[in-house]
Amino acid sequence: MSAKTLYDKIWDAHVVRADGDVTLLYIDRHLVHEVTSPQAFEGLRIAHRAPHRPAAAFAVPDHNVPTTQRAAGIADPVSRLQVETLDDNCAQFGITEFRMDDPRQGVVHVMAPEQGIVQPGMTVVCGDSHTATHGALGSLAFGIGTSEVEHVLATQCLIQKKSRNMSITVDGTLGPGVGAKDVVLAIIGRIGTAGGTGYVIEFAGSAIMDLSMEGRMTVCNMAIEAGARAGMIAVDSKTIDYVEGRPFAPKGELWDQAAAYWRTLHSDPDAHFDETLHIAAESILPQVTWGTSPEMVTDITGRVPDPDAETDPVRQASMRTALAYMGLKPGTPMREIPVERVFIGSCTNGRIEDLRAAAVVAQGRRVARGVSAMVVPGSGLVKAQAEAEGLDRIFLEAGFEWRDPGCSMCLAMNADQLAPRERCAATSNRNFEGRQGKDGRTHLVSPAMAAAAAVTGHFTDVRELI
Amino acid sequence: MQPFTQLEAVVAPLDRANVDTDAIIPKQFLKSIRRTGFGVFLFDEWRYLDQGQPDMDVSGRPLNPEFVLNRPAYKNARILLTQDNFGCGSSREHAPWALLDFGFRVILGKGFADIFYNNCFKNGILPIALPGPVIDGLFQQVNRAPGMTLKVDLPTQTITTPQGEVIPFDVEPFRKDCLIKGLDDIGLTLEKLADIQAYEARRRKQAPWLFVEG
Ligand code: SF4
Repeated sequence: MSAKTLYDKIWDAHVVRADGDVTLLYIDRHLVHEVTSPQAFEGLRIAHRAPHRPAAAFAVPDHNVPTTQRAAGIADPVSRLQVETLDDNCAQFGITEFRMDDPRQGVVHVMAPEQGIVQPGMTVVCGDSHTATHGALGSLAFGIGTSEVEHVLATQCLIQKKSRNMSITVDGTLGPGVGAKDVVLAIIGRIGTAGGTGYVIEFAGSAIMDLSMEGRMTVCNMAIEAGARAGMIAVDSKTIDYVEGRPFAPKGELWDQAAAYWRTLHSDPDAHFDETLHIAAESILPQVTWGTSPEMVTDITGRVPDPDAETDPVRQASMRTALAYMGLKPGTPMREIPVERVFIGSCTNGRIEDLRAAAVVAQGRRVARGVSAMVVPGSGLVKAQAEAEGLDRIFLEAGFEWRDPGCSMCLAMNADQLAPRERCAATSNRNFEGRQGKDGRTHLVSPAMAAAAAVTGHFTDVRELI
Repeated sequence: MQPFTQLEAVVAPLDRANVDTDAIIPKQFLKSIRRTGFGVFLFDEWRYLDQGQPDMDVSGRPLNPEFVLNRPAYKNARILLTQDNFGCGSSREHAPWALLDFGFRVILGKGFADIFYNNCFKNGILPIALPGPVIDGLFQQVNRAPGMTLKVDLPTQTITTPQGEVIPFDVEPFRKDCLIKGLDDIGLTLEKLADIQAYEARRRKQAPWLFVEG
């Protein structure tokens, strides 16, 4: 048997049938949310098709849910209808759903690992590009469109073509104040938003394996921002410890059998990667984006770049457009850019560890004048855990808002939005034009950097505050 | 799905790299539970000067005269010419739905984001990736002759310019076949139900924990 990568191993274990380049791939877990599923359920109904294996699907409303006064329901009738449609579809087709008022409700990519629904070695899909998150558990997880959501519901399979293997190794030790978000932003800055197109990226190296499971999820979450089909990380004892005891994890004899198999889920030492990249952990500083694409990033000691210095005409034009949109002048030191809003949350950085990192910076300080800052836990359980640790008190005393879980201002589909030209330090994953509200200006940062911006009123090197 | 074989139509140049699906169809329109009606909101933030809302009447909205699709020459465009990494970002299939609803059946670019590329084929849109210099050349031609047409032929995998230049392109044979015949993927997969069931039976023995769901 020839050497295999982690991706090869999981792929091979899920091939139902291969006809040339086209593979019918079996899907173990299907995560569903309200935005990308209604047309898929409608399609099933029109074709008189039933879900092939409804018990393999798990649903949660997250994009449209309000983050305040949840008991009052959703004010916007269009949003409300979408969430109610999910409730009705799940009830009709026999799909487990964590409803808006369920304490386990949260952003789908926070909720699913937390519940043990996603496990190592699984194929996991969701009508959502950040499904890549779950690769942190040593699963093959990727986002799909609504037609494919319908396809998985009807057949439990997908028609797929295999991607190529890329390995990104980060070796060494991350400095204080530098975390998973900085690692992945630095990687995207290096390879670009199309750098991973056509690949599945395996993140490896001591700095990656030293990350907590939450940190690994942050890294894999943004594999899609590098254009990759999926991001993955090998299984180690941290992975197995994380899954153990979770509500939907295997128990007893099945647990032993599963865990024994999971220990084989790593790339063989001489496995072939089509592309490799090595980064020294020590070279990564706290990152801040300056443009309207996650690759437009620099570190906190840097300056807004000058388009005149760019030789590629397409890139130069993109930079000019981005700087005009962001209202930034070339040469401005990043730390002199003021912020008006701060958003801590999302499937990238809405986990307990993220809130702890932000709280360390917020503790004993005050949100700067003119800044409005909010913390939106990734799930109801993250919120409860944070409250048990007293993090809510720290945030509230510092002047942050403490909200209910959901996607919130990551994409501003609910009431949480930026006003035109408002500048925001956000721990989410996309700084696209209009992402957080029409003409809103988003800078992507880590939770610690977001908290540092909140308490100083401008981007600040968090290393000076801890 | 609408089959696709051949199309001769006006090509509209959208000269920007990394056009994301948030730009193609902004999030407020994702609240719809239908597949149609997105065309009037395609590129909403670039196309209109006011803020778009779902279900609004677009007839009186102020248009951005600078935006390419608002220029008279491109009113009937059905081919979109783009730069690299078109369709990056969110997996929303509302993006190809909006493009299709507007009338686009072919998208030319230096490269496409993966999920978007897949989603196009599921909706009868043909995305064609061409080498950088070829795309640059097309931009130059269109800018010289706004409103020019291209002929796209899927069976022979060629694009023909008004000057008679023939540009070949690649497409995976399976996707090509589905597009030409307008095949429904789900129907095709369900024909393989016996294979799926055999896999499940085998897998249940090898990895039984995968079949315990609660
Ligand atoms: S938190 Fe943001 S990126 Fe994550 S699923 Fe929600 S909208 Fe998408």
